[in-house]
Amino acid sequence: MSVLASGGAEVAEAFVEIGTIVLVLSVLARLATWLRITAIPLFLIGGLVVGEGQLVPLDVSGEYIALTGEIGVLLLLLTLGLEYSAEELQTGLRTGAGTGLIDALANFTPGFAIGLLLGWEVTAALLLGGVSWVSSSGVAAKVLSDLSRLGNRETPSILNLLVIEDLAMAAYLPIVAALVAGTDATTTVKNVTIALVVVVLILALALRYGRHLSSALAGATDESLLLGVFGVTLLVGGLAQRMQVSAAIGAFLVGIALAGPVQQRASALLGPLRDLFAAVFFFYFAFAIDPADLMRFLLPALALAVLTVPGKLLVGWVGARRIGVAVPGRIRAGTALIARGEFSIVIAALGATLADGPDLAALAAGYVLLTVVIGPMAARVDARRLAARLSPRPQPAPT
Amino acid sequence: MPEVTETQLPGVGVRHEFTTAKGDRLSVLVFRTGRREVAVYDREDPDAAAMVLHLDEDDARTLTDLLGGNPVTEAVAGMQQIEGVVLDWIPVSAGSSLAGSSIGDGQIRTRTGASVVAIVRTDTTIPAPDPTEVLLPGDTVVAVGTPEGLRAMRQLLSG
Repeated sequence: MSVLASGGAEVAEAFVEIGTIVLVLSVLARLATWLRITAIPLFLIGGLVVGEGQLVPLDVSGEYIALTGEIGVLLLLLTLGLEYSAEELQTGLRTGAGTGLIDALANFTPGFAIGLLLGWEVTAALLLGGVSWVSSSGVAAKVLSDLSRLGNRETPSILNLLVIEDLAMAAYLPIVAALVAGTDATTTVKNVTIALVVVVLILALALRYGRHLSSALAGATDESLLLGVFGVTLLVGGLAQRMQVSAAIGAFLVGIALAGPVQQRASALLGPLRDLFAAVFFFYFAFAIDPADLMRFLLPALALAVLTVPGKLLVGWVGARRIGVAVPGRIRAGTALIARGEFSIVIAALGATLADGPDLAALAAGYVLLTVVIGPMAARVDARRLAARLSPRPQPAPT
Repeated sequence: MPEVTETQLPGVGVRHEFTTAKGDRLSVLVFRTGRREVAVYDREDPDAAAMVLHLDEDDARTLTDLLGGNPVTEAVAGMQQIEGVVLDWIPVSAGSSLAGSSIGDGQIRTRTGASVVAIVRTDTTIPAPDPTEVLLPGDTVVAVGTPEGLRAMRQLLSG
């Protein structure tokens, strides 16, 4: 082994590079805590800055970093899948499908349209639609707990929408992944069909038999569970990739399939691993972006934010009204959903191989940076005073 | 007792909500992790928590004790999550054939299939009682089993 045999000057070089990056990420995470924001935007900025200034030329470690980032995507989607149990997904689908549809229409459409207006290929435009569609469940959770709003009456409507988006991603991601992989019309149609069939099959199996996988893992020690879930995730991810269903979706479905106590233990155990790998992923994603592109797409990103911030406000309003919440609560629900984050970056990364991929990445990064700042700021607005200004008389909640 | 409404919060936990006799809305949010949040709602904006108390598991237990709750409630509440397994509180009536005999002698487990996990006797609680523990009239037995098993036990203990 080169590590033991001291022979690898290359290994030494790689260690120095990776070590430097991870240390920078650690400082950025610390800064995020201090600023009371999620670390994702800082990781992105870090990647942009380092990539531009060539402070750390990734000569040797580029490949390792890229692979680490890939694993980061898998773990990110695994933990996103782990967030909700099968029952929660089923209930979410029953109760929130209508709001979910409004969400898709109001927030997917602007991204898709702007992509087309920029003259991108349809697949890249579809991906941009996805970028602007999905709220960041990480930021929403942070906003709700930072502002002590988890007990609020509008909170279930926010969480239910995040569940619906999670489910929608289970259908959306394989379709766009197949579109990205397809070369001509026939293979694309074939790929999409295969992808959808595989996903529906896995999802049905997961919802019906997921508990068997869970009970098979239930007796495991922490060590064995960690290795087991990690192994299953990479394995299913790899097999999914082979069938032209992106590896990320395979990992996502593994997360959905795990249920019960195993689900909670697995998220606790894999959390730190996810943090490490996902941080590298966000960093590497931004590292590959040319800052000049970012500036070039700042205006479209701003336009997209202007169009989709009201989109989320609308969805929050409708969802909260449906469960009988009054005007201030409806405003709070909308603002909690504004920020886009991890999912949007993953979606943009799916298009890396497209001709318009670099442009998509630059626009998505700018857009995520904007909304991730606007969202938590909007959430701190005094919704009650705003509601009072909207309507002169206090509006009672409909019953 | 006021009516307690229960709301599932996907990815977070369960929220229990009720109105106090004086008209304040109160909720207890039980996180999946065991953490608790007690919220009092704003009178003018009934959807917003005006005050939130963050409790870890120890804090919650202390508060429960101070409020005069029963520690067993919490200890066994987790069991209600298991599919097909039900938890029930069954009073021991004086007329029951088992009143005055020990758990072991009464062969409760063999006869009903359900298990006694605790005995609540006036102010004290006997968690995980030995088979030699004697059931007294007026005790309340906390039992776990299938719905059928618990029905059988209820019949035995009511005499």
